Amino acid sequence: MVKPRSLTGSRIRERRLALGLKQADVARDAGISASYLNLIEHNRRRIGGKVLNDLAATLDVSPQVLSEGADAVLLDDLRAMTDGPAEVARVEDLVGRFPGWAEQLAEQARRIEALEQRLQRQNDRLTHDPVLSDRMHDVLAAVAAIRSTSSILVDNPDIDADWRARFHSNIDTESRRLAESSGAMAHHFDRLMSDGTSGSDPLEAVGRMLAARGFHIAEIEERGAEAIDALLDTLGDSGARDLGRGVLERYAQDAALLPMPGFIEAGEGCGFDPARLAALTGAGLARVLRRLAAMPRQVGLPEFGLVSCDAAGAVLLAKPCTGFALPRFGAACPLWPVFGALRQPDMPIKQRVQTSDGGVFEVYAVAERVGPASFDAPLIVQATMAMVAAEGSTEDALEIGATCRVCPRQACAARREPSSLSGEVLTAPEL
Amino acid sequence: MGRSVLLIEDEPNIIEAISFLLERDGWTVRLHTEGEGAVEAVAAASPDVVVLDVMLPGRSGFDILKELRQGAARPDLPVLMLTARGQTKDRELAHSYGVSCFMTKPFSNAQMLQTVRDLAEGRAPPADP
Repeated sequence: MVKPRSLTGSRIRERRLALGLKQADVARDAGISASYLNLIEHNRRRIGGKVLNDLAATLDVSPQVLSEGADAVLLDDLRAMTDGPAEVARVEDLVGRFPGWAEQLAEQARRIEALEQRLQRQNDRLTHDPVLSDRMHDVLAAVAAIRSTSSILVDNPDIDADWRARFHSNIDTESRRLAESSGAMAHHFDRLMSDGTSGSDPLEAVGRMLAARGFHIAEIEERGAEAIDALLDTLGDSGARDLGRGVLERYAQDAALLPMPGFIEAGEGCGFDPARLAALTGAGLARVLRRLAAMPRQVGLPEFGLVSCDAAGAVLLAKPCTGFALPRFGAACPLWPVFGALRQPDMPIKQRVQTSDGGVFEVYAVAERVGPASFDAPLIVQATMAMVAAEGSTEDALEIGATCRVCPRQACAARREPSSLSGEVLTAPEL
Repeated sequence: MGRSVLLIEDEPNIIEAISFLLERDGWTVRLHTEGEGAVEAVAAASPDVVVLDVMLPGRSGFDILKELRQGAARPDLPVLMLTARGQTKDRELAHSYGVSCFMTKPFSNAQMLQTVRDLAEGRAPPADP
């Protein structure tokens, strides 16, 4: 069995002391009594959900760091990077004894993953780029004409003067064409390389930009769509900018239709229930789920995570949520309700789930058509899922994971690849 | 009447060079410069050999080759495919459709001429240059 991780209460105390805050002040800001915080800090009360989120906001730290420790993400990354059962059971020993080396190892794995993705993108571009294909064809056709014609002139010194003149003219024409085509091809290569210099996946770049703002974009909340261009300036790659523009324009539309102050007020009146919020505001369920995930991190507000994917199951956007792990490497757990929603567009799903770490979440998912209905265009569907920590029964909870590679549910019928945890069962974080 | 070649090609200066070479070698050269109607042009010309480009306006050389091989009239008609698209997948596709020889641009005049002669005389198709 894996060693229990250090305790949540201890981490809260360490964080408070590091910030030089008094217990009474933190308790007041988090909306709890000082005596209750004292019990929590001495690990005599289990906490989660709202209290954990409020304390995390007060202490200006991610709830995940408080509940699972800063090492949790590193441990998951290290487990995910293994292809086999190589000493995975001792990964916590590695992190504990050699934290610097462990971080270095995980960082190198991330870089390799990024480089492999970049290589694959460049390979796809070179193979399928229609502009490059046309340029290459022009160059080879011109070279073929020049080579064949010049050989004729060399091999036939007695050639008729009219033919000689025609062939000279043809060589001149083709050499000009060759110069133009090769110049255009070099220009095209320059553009390809400059687009690829950031080396990052456009989706990742957009995800980082959103994550840096906690998925709450204050600039758009305040100034609407006019804030988009300045935000895009932080994305260097043109692919990321195009993708980012779509994401931010949708955010601006959501914010315009459901301004945050009114949305939060309505949410507080109905327990932040997505279906009731949709009914109260008249907005679509997917939009409501996005707005829930866009709420600022502040005391009193529940922490919603968000995942959206296309019809192929490719994750387009992912906002993590404390205790609900999102995979860094590979595809997500196929049991996530977001994928189930794709099978029945416009049919909302509400599902209680339990993660492999024991966390319980209420999950809401819906798939909706993208763009207007048309007789001539294919149906494009995207699914949106929001998840929020829940309390209460786990009797009917669907057992899910993050991704097969780090999921201990060995007998899962949906498993697509072996787990690197090799039968080991992780203990739930000690609370 | 001498042997004839149907050249299906859209590049004017390549047409001129190949025509010059083949005519000097005693061939009658007929010409078709687009993908559309190429199969009908083969039927009308009844050539000894077809020299076929891949990237033609209107229809690809692969489609033309496939239809020629499916036709009952002359399933064994020698076809030399001449193309700037020399990738392995293109070569494999051409062979899967029954090409007699696949030659990439730029090509050697002597090699092209010898391949046409070999194909017309029923000699084993040379390995793709």
